[in-house]
Amino acid sequence: MAESESSAGLGRRTFVTGVVGLLGGIIAAVVGLPAIGYWLGPSLKKQASDAWVPLGPVENIPQDVPTLFTFTRTQQVGWERSATSYGVYVLRSADGQIQALSNVCTHLSCRVTWNAERNIYLCPCHDGHFARDGAIVSGPQPRPLDRFAFKIEDGTLLVHVVEA
Amino acid sequence: MAARAFRWLDDRLGLTGIYRTVFDRKVPKVNWAFTLGSATLFLAVLQGVTGVFLTVYYVPHPEQAYESVNYIMTGVPFGWLIRGLHHWGATLMVITVVLHMLRTFFYAAYKYPREITWITGVLLLLVTLGMGFTGYLLPWNQRAYWATTVGTSIAGTVPWVGPIIEQALRGGTDLTTLTLTRFFSAHIWMLPAALLGLIGVHMYLVIRLGISHVPAADE
Repeated sequence: MAESESSAGLGRRTFVTGVVGLLGGIIAAVVGLPAIGYWLGPSLKKQASDAWVPLGPVENIPQDVPTLFTFTRTQQVGWERSATSYGVYVLRSADGQIQALSNVCTHLSCRVTWNAERNIYLCPCHDGHFARDGAIVSGPQPRPLDRFAFKIEDGTLLVHVVEA
Repeated sequence: MAARAFRWLDDRLGLTGIYRTVFDRKVPKVNWAFTLGSATLFLAVLQGVTGVFLTVYYVPHPEQAYESVNYIMTGVPFGWLIRGLHHWGATLMVITVVLHMLRTFFYAAYKYPREITWITGVLLLLVTLGMGFTGYLLPWNQRAYWATTVGTSIAGTVPWVGPIIEQALRGGTDLTTLTLTRFFSAHIWMLPAALLGLIGVHMYLVIRLGISHVPAADE
């Protein structure tokens, strides 16, 4: 069984080396190519999300009184779930105008509460005062209360929640 | 150009020499049973590669281990493939290691001058079983938890030192978060380090001594 590496034909040794290399390449590709997707998968997933959250029929919302609606939304990153609670002060005026204010103080994210007597939103942390329309009255806050975009569908009020 | 670059490197690194020593060894006429060592080595490398990738998402904590494995299986592209290869590769590796040992034993290939190859091989068998044992706990599901409870309890039946061994394995009297983290550490650092060193010696000896022939009937 003499090794005949003739210039014309393919030698046995070269053939075996080639086949081993080819099989090795295939095996490496079977593991290696999916590994790229495995590594990149979660990286390419869109993190930010938004949703229209229904708060109930518009006619049930008290008129001319800022009314607090609260709801919780859960996010999942990988296998970890976390919940964020939201508070929306909805003010429906007699003429049908609606405003939806976030109850998160723009100073350091404490929750403001509506004080009917004094006709202001009051932040308990650093005594921030906001007017009925969310404008700054007094206090350390840098900007008025944030507003939620909203829409009415079939008589139901929905606010637009954007998660960072 | 490529040939010149290769020769430049070869002159300095001795690549051709390494290739000849490792792959162009003279071998006696052997059969397919002689591929079991190579098969085991291949599986060891595959376990290493897939294992490294699993650590991208796996968290060794009782509250997150199961969830993170679940995430690998359902949330990550090809996670099922990477973990599947690791899972089945582990089982297959134990099988090939044992068959490899049986071949060596029945062909009497452990005899002079290959005693140290045999001894490192036995240690490699033990390390492989240790890898299987420690890896089995990591998904932290019911099967993993109770298998490890039973396994470590068996170690506890050793006369005199049993309870000490059991507690050393568990990191306490019970199976807790400490058990999980030490099994994880053993599985990805200590045992692989031992495996790597032993494979190095084992392979060096295989290359240095060559492989034995199939014994004749009257040998």
